[in-house]
Amino acid sequence: MPGAIHAEGLVKTFGDVRALDGVDLDVAEGTVLGLLGPNGAGKTTAVRVLTTLLRPDAGRAVVAGLDVVRQPDEVRRSIGLSGQFAAVDEYLTGRENLRMVGRLYQLRGRQAKARAGELLERFHLADAADRPARTYSGGMRRRLDLAAALVVSPPVMFMDEPTTGLDPRNRQQMWEVIEELVAAGTTLLLTTQYLEEADRLAHDICVIDHGRVIARGSSDELKARTGGERVEVVVHDRAMTGTAAEVMTGFMAGGASGGGATVEQHTRRITVPVSGGAKLLAEVIRELDARGIEIDDIGLRRPTLDDVFLWLTGHAAQDAGAAEDAGAARDAGPAAEERDGR
Amino acid sequence: MSVATGAVDRHRARRPVQAVRDSLVVAQRNLIRMKRIPEVVVFAVIQPVMFVILFSYVFGGAIPVPGEKGAGGPLVYRNYLMAGIFAQTVTFATAGAGAGIADDMHKGLIDRFRSLPMARGAVLTGRTIADLVQTALTVMVLAVVAVLVGWRIHDGVPRMFAAFGLLLFLGYAFSWVGALIGLTVRTPEAATSGGLIWLFPLTFVSNAFVPTSGMPPFLRAVADWNPFSATVQACRQLYGNPQGIVSHAWPMRHPVWASLMWSVVIILVFRGLAVRKYRTATA
Repeated sequence: MPGAIHAEGLVKTFGDVRALDGVDLDVAEGTVLGLLGPNGAGKTTAVRVLTTLLRPDAGRAVVAGLDVVRQPDEVRRSIGLSGQFAAVDEYLTGRENLRMVGRLYQLRGRQAKARAGELLERFHLADAADRPARTYSGGMRRRLDLAAALVVSPPVMFMDEPTTGLDPRNRQQMWEVIEELVAAGTTLLLTTQYLEEADRLAHDICVIDHGRVIARGSSDELKARTGGERVEVVVHDRAMTGTAAEVMTGFMAGGASGGGATVEQHTRRITVPVSGGAKLLAEVIRELDARGIEIDDIGLRRPTLDDVFLWLTGHAAQDAGAAEDAGAARDAGPAAEERDGR
Repeated sequence: MSVATGAVDRHRARRPVQAVRDSLVVAQRNLIRMKRIPEVVVFAVIQPVMFVILFSYVFGGAIPVPGEKGAGGPLVYRNYLMAGIFAQTVTFATAGAGAGIADDMHKGLIDRFRSLPMARGAVLTGRTIADLVQTALTVMVLAVVAVLVGWRIHDGVPRMFAAFGLLLFLGYAFSWVGALIGLTVRTPEAATSGGLIWLFPLTFVSNAFVPTSGMPPFLRAVADWNPFSATVQACRQLYGNPQGIVSHAWPMRHPVWASLMWSVVIILVFRGLAVRKYRTATA
């Protein structure tokens, strides 16, 4: 069964640039898809196509069971869009902004007024409700913009970089609001550059670059694909790095990608890919101790989404030769597969 | 979710009703903005007042109106001039519409509107209606100034209102040209200058400020068929103001009809183009 958002082979070109080059997306009802990618990867274009603002050159997209090209008006009635730049009229008050949007969603005057009041309360804007929006702080504007997208409680929401430019406290608040929405059953497609944000909010993640999906899966799946866990040891005595590396290679996971032990002489740091988690860490410590190797630091390091992001987009960003080398070393990562598929 | 369902049910109401309603919601928004940014309205009024004063007192004595008794004095020219200034004023509203729409585009508001289930032309119609209100205010103030410098009507109040009606209709038509410019150029600054540049030749190669009888034949033909000239000539007739020597070109002999026709044609063409552009417009 197709999800609340379903896209197949979306293509959109602007002149010579293929902003979308065959993008497939699927977001199950009530879940959050995080669309990740560097600047200019095609995230915003994808959102614009799915919200009927842009017509795709090829491919098809269905939102809330409605075709975005053939039933744009019906789609618009079922979605809310909160953009990268808070799209509120700065000379209108918060209340006026929300009432206007409510009426343009075809609510009756009284309904629109009541709904505006509710949303202003919910987004902690009641005190500022009758001030022009241009007097609002960045965080307040963002909340007003989100409130405007929620006037009719649409079943499907699109948020294009909802927290870009917000301070940590406002970002935290925004996350809480988004979590509430999703808990209430809203399907959400979220674009972001903050991996922490995707990690916290998204059930599934889709990484795009140069208009193509280069990886998809849950946050954990993507991290596992990047190379899994590693044990990092910093030995006290530089002379011992060789021995320590030898010991640690013994613990190396058989199928783990990423080559053998990595030794950084100047920092006395040795890293090996492992599988086995915390239990293995204890074994490594015992073994090193038994050999009389003194250590300054030891840790089990799991890849962050930042690692995933840099790894994936690093491939795509580099020239073909470099990407191939890296791809071979990494046991043919997804970027390399994608490249071969072209 | 009940709110959303209500909206969907109500949508089955007739579309034209929705279009009017949506346009009025947007017009209201733009009028609130005008109230909150009074500078814009003030400058819109000052500019034509300045023109009235400059033309009346600086050029007035030097420009004869042929065909009038003894080519008239400064007062004759002022009465001749006023219809031209009125017409120029209403067309300058074009720049306002263009800049406003370009600004909405720039700020992402057009994206928001386009993601809403509202009537297609409503954002632009709402803007042009709000501009019409502003233009009407400007013309009212200007009429008072005109009376102060000696302008008079001679054919009764109903015909005067008919003339103002033609002027506002022309202004409304031109605001659709502005809307198209605003959607095309994307930045408010470009829309302001892009909205003004072509207005200068349009308003000067016409009968607005000087009689066309003194122009070379080619230019005179252009001036006679200029939509702007038709409205100016129609107003002179309706106000009972001096007309100079009127050309035999069809629009000059039937200026009221020509004015109405031009305005209708401009609205049809530019509204069509602007709404089409709007549907694919992106910041």
